[in-house]
Amino acid sequence: MAGKSLFDKVWDRHVVRDEPGEPTLLYIDLHLVHEVTSPQAFDGLRLAGRGVRRPELTVATMDHNVPTLPGPITDPLAKAQLDALRANCAEFGIELHGTGSGTEGIVHVIGPELGLTQPGKTIVCGDSHTSTHGAFGALAFGIGTSEVEHVLATQTLNQQQPKTMLLEFVGTLPPGLTAKDMILGAIGQVGVDGGVGYVVEYAGEAVCALSMEQRMTICNMTIEWGARAGMVAPDDTTFAYLEGRAHAPQDEAWERAVADWRSLSSDPTAVYDTHVVVDVADLVPQVTWGTNPGMVVPVTGNVPDPATFTDPDDRSAGVRALEYMGLRAGQAIVDLRIDRVFIGSCTNSRIEDLRAAAAIVAGRSVDPAVTALVVPGSAQVRLQAEAEGLDRIFLDAGFEWRLAGCSMCLGMNPDVLAPGERCASTSNRNFEGRQGRGGRTHLASPEMAAAAALHGHFVDVRTIAAEPVQA
Amino acid sequence: MKAISKVEGRVAVLDRPDVDTDQIIPKQFLKRIERTGYGEYAFFDWRYDENGAERSGFELNQPQFEGARILLAGRNFGCGSSREHAAWALQDYGFDVVIASSFGDIFRTNAGKIGMVIVQLPDEQVKALMESVDLDLGSDLTVDLQARTVTSHDGKAFPFTFDESTRYRLLNGLDDIGITLKHEDLITAYEATSAESL
Repeated sequence: MAGKSLFDKVWDRHVVRDEPGEPTLLYIDLHLVHEVTSPQAFDGLRLAGRGVRRPELTVATMDHNVPTLPGPITDPLAKAQLDALRANCAEFGIELHGTGSGTEGIVHVIGPELGLTQPGKTIVCGDSHTSTHGAFGALAFGIGTSEVEHVLATQTLNQQQPKTMLLEFVGTLPPGLTAKDMILGAIGQVGVDGGVGYVVEYAGEAVCALSMEQRMTICNMTIEWGARAGMVAPDDTTFAYLEGRAHAPQDEAWERAVADWRSLSSDPTAVYDTHVVVDVADLVPQVTWGTNPGMVVPVTGNVPDPATFTDPDDRSAGVRALEYMGLRAGQAIVDLRIDRVFIGSCTNSRIEDLRAAAAIVAGRSVDPAVTALVVPGSAQVRLQAEAEGLDRIFLDAGFEWRLAGCSMCLGMNPDVLAPGERCASTSNRNFEGRQGRGGRTHLASPEMAAAAALHGHFVDVRTIAAEPVQA
Repeated sequence: MKAISKVEGRVAVLDRPDVDTDQIIPKQFLKRIERTGYGEYAFFDWRYDENGAERSGFELNQPQFEGARILLAGRNFGCGSSREHAAWALQDYGFDVVIASSFGDIFRTNAGKIGMVIVQLPDEQVKALMESVDLDLGSDLTVDLQARTVTSHDGKAFPFTFDESTRYRLLNGLDDIGITLKHEDLITAYEATSAESL
């Protein structure tokens, strides 16, 4: 008989109702809320005269449209949205990590940081990058506002059981390569729609060797190839990260929890609908050239010629992407001049990301033609970085050092690209206009983005000596 | 939610793969706290240039697609961000149906929750439907959720499969939360059991 996968085990634990021909009613352990996708859900509750079933399982923060420069918020629409969240949390008794609380930050950074994110939990949020939390062996996925309202009212969701995929990263990751390169390389291999309909378990020696923050980077970008959730089996790395965090179990409860979490790993005989292998042994730092994350090449490569693509849809999309990005087929990636650099986002704004970028930047200067921004993922990350002196390294090199938030990943706050500006970004989406109308985004690792800031164009970060900073 | 069963009307063709929800509703319109009124912002950066003038080259600005209720789109439509504003914008713009060979999972769910019909057909059938559309005068299509068929203006019928529970909700205009709350006793029982096991 086939064993159970990590996904099967977490799913099975949360089944409230399962009738043939109907979606499964799944219990939700943690509901994360932010200002952009929640106001209409709270309005819906009020209209229907409903309450929040389990306010203590709901946690809110402000991240998407908060300014990253100090001072009062000036955008009246953004302010109204933040005010609405504050009022809704007060009315329904929901814990809010608001701006200035000291625990605010990007929702997918603070969940793990506070120890709210734990193995075996079901976690949802009105945000597609909720997949991030799967790094802990949670089943975590993004939902829309109607489902946000559904979870608020019932603490459950109706879900069709997804197909499962095992994505195995084999080989040893070479020096200078990162989790960002692993996931960008994987998306390049499987395509932006390769994961539609699946929950993915990331496994293999290269994943086991990663820190929690690196695993989060990989799970974060699961949605970028269409899969709604990505998961990594919890192990000692996971437990070491969680132990002692504010919402993690303490003392005896901790021991019991760890014993339980160890049982979540996939059985050796577990069966998956699909199995994909990605070899990282010869991986080269990745940079996107186009307008979706699957349009990616090694930094040593060139902008591809869409005429060589076999699929006619890929060809036409490639031609449109080159036009939007202001590129010509055959241009070397290292020849691309950069106007802006953004180090931040729920993909790459944690302390290890900032340390890695600082190690490249230390003692060097940002190219005079480049404006470069570091936006820590949370107030706590910012404090930690400042305690380690990373802010000084960035500031001395000519970077701006900002307050926590989503910032230029999606440009809902004032941090946006001007039309035509080319940006090396550690974020997750290079869609048209994502970072500002007409802006041109190239996704890369924090190290690669830092190196591009120093040189004014992309460089292969493996050729730059990193200065070790405090770890 | 309004019940929906049969949609007969003008079809618009957007033959581009991987149309993400950032394109369907750009971020500058996500700061609104209302649920309605997003139609005028649908595909905003594709519909209008920097000066606010209509871009004549964009598919939905072409006269033969005016008033369309059905959108024929490329594969992986609605990928990316979970913003339900994308579904709100399409519906408010006038679309009741989107037909494509695949969809972003979250978009598909969101659209189903608000009463839109998301029809998945094999790639070659979507292409055939696209080719059947008169690009000068425009064409009509019929999408019948009761019969689960798409019928082109020349009478060719394409059957499709559709999730039964979503279909039932759409045909009857039912509120998802109301249905779930009928099982509130099961939710309470689950909570009691899981509290014991801690």
